[in-house]
Amino acid sequence: MALLEVEDLRVEFPTRRGALLALDGVSLEINEGEVLGVVGESGAGKSLTGAAIIGLLEPPGRVTGGKIRLEGHRIDTLSYEEMRNIRGKKIGAIFQDPLTSLNPLYTIGRQLIETIRVHMDVSPEAARARAIELLGEVGIPAPERRIDSYPHEFSGGMRQRVVISLALCANPRLIIADEPTTALDVSIQAQIIALLKKLCREHKTAVMLITHDMGVIAETADRVAVMYAGRVAEIGPVKRVVKQPKHPYTVGLMGAIPMVGHDVERLTQIEGAMPRLNEIPPGCSFNPRCPKVFDKCRMERPELMPAGRNAEAACWQFDKGGRRG
Amino acid sequence: MTAYILQRIFQALAVMVVVAFVSFLMFNFVGDPVDNMVGQEASYEDREEMRDRLGLNDPFVVQFARFVGNAVRGEFGISYRLQRPVATLISERMPATLELVGASALLSILIGIPLGVYTGIRRYAISSRVILTLSLAGVSLPTFVIGILLIYVFSVNLGWLPSFGRGQATQIGWWSTSFLTVSGWKAIIMPSITLALFQMTLILRLVRSEMLEVMRTDYIKFARARGLPDRLINFGHAFKNTLVPVITIIGLNVGSLIAFSIITETVFQWPGMGFLFIQAVGFADVPVMAAYLVMVAAIFVAINLIVDILYFVVDPRLRVDRTVASGSGE
Repeated sequence: MALLEVEDLRVEFPTRRGALLALDGVSLEINEGEVLGVVGESGAGKSLTGAAIIGLLEPPGRVTGGKIRLEGHRIDTLSYEEMRNIRGKKIGAIFQDPLTSLNPLYTIGRQLIETIRVHMDVSPEAARARAIELLGEVGIPAPERRIDSYPHEFSGGMRQRVVISLALCANPRLIIADEPTTALDVSIQAQIIALLKKLCREHKTAVMLITHDMGVIAETADRVAVMYAGRVAEIGPVKRVVKQPKHPYTVGLMGAIPMVGHDVERLTQIEGAMPRLNEIPPGCSFNPRCPKVFDKCRMERPELMPAGRNAEAACWQFDKGGRRG
Repeated sequence: MTAYILQRIFQALAVMVVVAFVSFLMFNFVGDPVDNMVGQEASYEDREEMRDRLGLNDPFVVQFARFVGNAVRGEFGISYRLQRPVATLISERMPATLELVGASALLSILIGIPLGVYTGIRRYAISSRVILTLSLAGVSLPTFVIGILLIYVFSVNLGWLPSFGRGQATQIGWWSTSFLTVSGWKAIIMPSITLALFQMTLILRLVRSEMLEVMRTDYIKFARARGLPDRLINFGHAFKNTLVPVITIIGLNVGSLIAFSIITETVFQWPGMGFLFIQAVGFADVPVMAAYLVMVAAIFVAINLIVDILYFVVDPRLRVDRTVASGSGE
């Protein structure tokens, strides 16, 4: 049984002109201790998927369909208060900007101790000891002194380390890391990703790593889900997806990554742009941009289907039962 | 921190010198005091002698220095109208105004802040919408209309509360208080509500919009993602982050309460400084006006100083930035 199962998840934003379907049947699984990368363009629904899993969709967005199971139990039907006990304790989260993720008015120690004591029945002294230990683990030098510092007394990279220690402090089973390195200096990014990976391996914590940086995914993830216009286009082991992409969108995406040693005048690009939520075409949402499009793509929406060994893609060209052309 | 406070005190003094200069100018430009003192038939020599005696022929700078010197000792001369020392007049009237302002400030803070937090958190609740709609009335109705309405309802029609004065005041040393008698309590209800209403709604709306702002920040989102209880997020994390702007506005508001109290005191015939000031304006009683100006400015400046110091208590970022700045300056 997978640690987290997301099945046919739908998220809608009601507007005056009818509901916008931001997530349209997202399905994915994350296994114990696994790193699942989620890539896609801005607006593909990566972050929304993460927010829906921890039950923190910004109103008026809401889940209108599908199931989310954690360790086999439905969590999408829980009340806010029940979900609060899952957040932090079972599922941790890390957000994009470490500079703004910490409350500027409290010391990092206070924020750590507070979080630890909400989820664990420990004395303030024990919580403080654990906080110092965690800060040491994420690589904050002299944690017993730095624990009483305020967020603004740390650099961006150090703050993201503190954020990671906060997300890990109640030993969650899964961490949803939403663009954890985007706001950081390139030289710091690798360190933070390496740290996140190391800690999660040690704690046997699974990670859902949301990013638009294929390089980060290739280095870090075990499996990768490629999202396009509110759906999963392709999912599979990261090596396979990078080397042998199946879905035409993934093929285009991989082609657009510049390679060292290959001198090209222009980077390959996918014609057109991802459709806006209110202009999603019938059939496969990628069909206007797809080089391999055929009639069926314009009429029927493909679900994820097997596309060879270790591969699942939402594309009619892998439809064994259906007719081509 | 000490350097910062010293710097602020220095700035406050500079402001006070400017204000003193403006109120000093009033003596010279708002009519000629000698005209008010001598009769129509006084000869030119009489007038000159009077001017000499009052020091009005001294150089400008000497006159200003004398004015500041006197003001520092609390001497603002003799009221033209009442022929009594201005300092005595003001110290008689000040307790009434400060009690009224204090009661209004407490009222507006104790009601405005909790309602602001509530409407900020329960953004879509019907109760929040009702409170916000009502608060519009508080922002838009002029003070004197509210005061007159209250008098009409509670004094004229119902006869529950007195329509003027501050009731029986008790003298404690030089301070006269109306909080020790039932009639005093009854008398302060309507004026303090009248004066507080505008500030209260202002604070309410400010706290609400600040709360909405803070609730959208990443650290609140991250606090939720860590599973912290709402109570802790709302009051521990969110509310504290609204305090810097809220303290600023409350500080300024206490100052403007004193200014607005002129109107409220007139409506309710409240025997405070504002009422004294209005009467002084009517009679071109320059010493009283000058003293009032200097004193209100002093209160404003003092409040601002307190607000500046409170920033330090609330926001650790200021503490550090200042140490860094003063460190590099050495």
